[in-house]
Amino acid sequence: MSFDQPMPPFNASDPSASFLSTSCLDFLMIELVPMTYRVAHELDASSPESSLVETNGNSGGGAAAGGDVSSVVATATGTAGSRRLDEDEERDAVFFRLEGLGYRVGLGLVERFSRDRPRFNDTLDAIKFVCKDLWMLVFKKQVDNLKTNHRGVYVLTDNAFRPLSRMSTDPGGRAVLRAQPFLWFPCGVVRGALAAMGIAATVQAETSELPGAVFQIKTTPLKQ
Amino acid sequence: MSANKAARVGEEIWKGRIDKVNAELVTLTYGTIVAQLCKDFEADYVEVNKQLDRMGYNIGLRLIEDYLAKSNTMRRCSNFRETADMIAKVGFKIFLNITPTVTNWTSDSKQFSLVFEENPLADFVELPDDGRAQDELWYSNIFCGVLRGALEMVQMQVEAHFISDVLRGNDTTEMRVSLIRYIDDELPPEDD
Repeated sequence: MSFDQPMPPFNASDPSASFLSTSCLDFLMIELVPMTYRVAHELDASSPESSLVETNGNSGGGAAAGGDVSSVVATATGTAGSRRLDEDEERDAVFFRLEGLGYRVGLGLVERFSRDRPRFNDTLDAIKFVCKDLWMLVFKKQVDNLKTNHRGVYVLTDNAFRPLSRMSTDPGGRAVLRAQPFLWFPCGVVRGALAAMGIAATVQAETSELPGAVFQIKTTPLKQ
Repeated sequence: MSANKAARVGEEIWKGRIDKVNAELVTLTYGTIVAQLCKDFEADYVEVNKQLDRMGYNIGLRLIEDYLAKSNTMRRCSNFRETADMIAKVGFKIFLNITPTVTNWTSDSKQFSLVFEENPLADFVELPDDGRAQDELWYSNIFCGVLRGALEMVQMQVEAHFISDVLRGNDTTEMRVSLIRYIDDELPPEDD
């Protein structure tokens, strides 16, 4: 089936590659975020320690952030309900899950799709693989701009980041804030991909104007 | 639309109008999600099935728009049998490039099976070897939710569940779909 027409340029060396509609991936990546919020809440509600926290009083309480800012993320996902986690805890729990999922996907992708290419010479080589091949595979375009300070920090700018490309930018709708969780899975993908190429790094992403996204990669130097 | 025509339409759309992505990327992403859910819910597979179905339902609510836009069939199916053919030969075709077989109709034409000869979600997959996953986990359960959500948006309330899966060691992968009712258009009371 996949021989019938010229296929997208990625992975052209693999004649046995099969394809699905891009919508499938889009839907999964969209729905991943609310699902993760749901799961984080359900697990929290069923874990014994958190109910202990609640009996101590959920106002004021332990963690850093107060209750007054906690509505932001809840409205972002529309899964408010009876919440026990405060905003920071919720953000961390969801970030941890989404980033972890992405990490595993990133690991697998590099294993699979760098199979037939020569060994990476240095970190920049690996980063370029992320910017070109990996980005093409997952986000269907290449990164628009790559900057580095030559001391282990790389900044990737994508001016039209696919997962954000169809998001509503209603002014006053806090679009940028609401888009943030949708960057966490891609963050994990990048970190996982680098890990598979032997590079330990932290990856952060942010958007200041949809649909652009900026990824900052800080590689951790290997201990001598 | 006859079954043959539906198959032709599906093939045509797949070839000409669908933006495509590498299948292994989707397989890997979905597999990672299921694996994580199994871990999160400590191998409570009933709960995992439920989460997958719910995720699918939410996708279905959105996916129907994409389906209608791409299939460009601006006409209601005349009966549930036609709906079944469109699901199998156009719906599954244009999203997943597969065409499950529609079979095992009940005599009242309200229940059928989709038999999957191929399933891109399940490529390279093995269920956890804990003696329970084979009996409890429906790996591709997201499909059930997608059908339920998508059909609800076009006024059909259905129930869908898997009854066998090659991943469990069964001979076939089969999903049972039942029409519960056609949902009447319900207008808000003050809006007549």
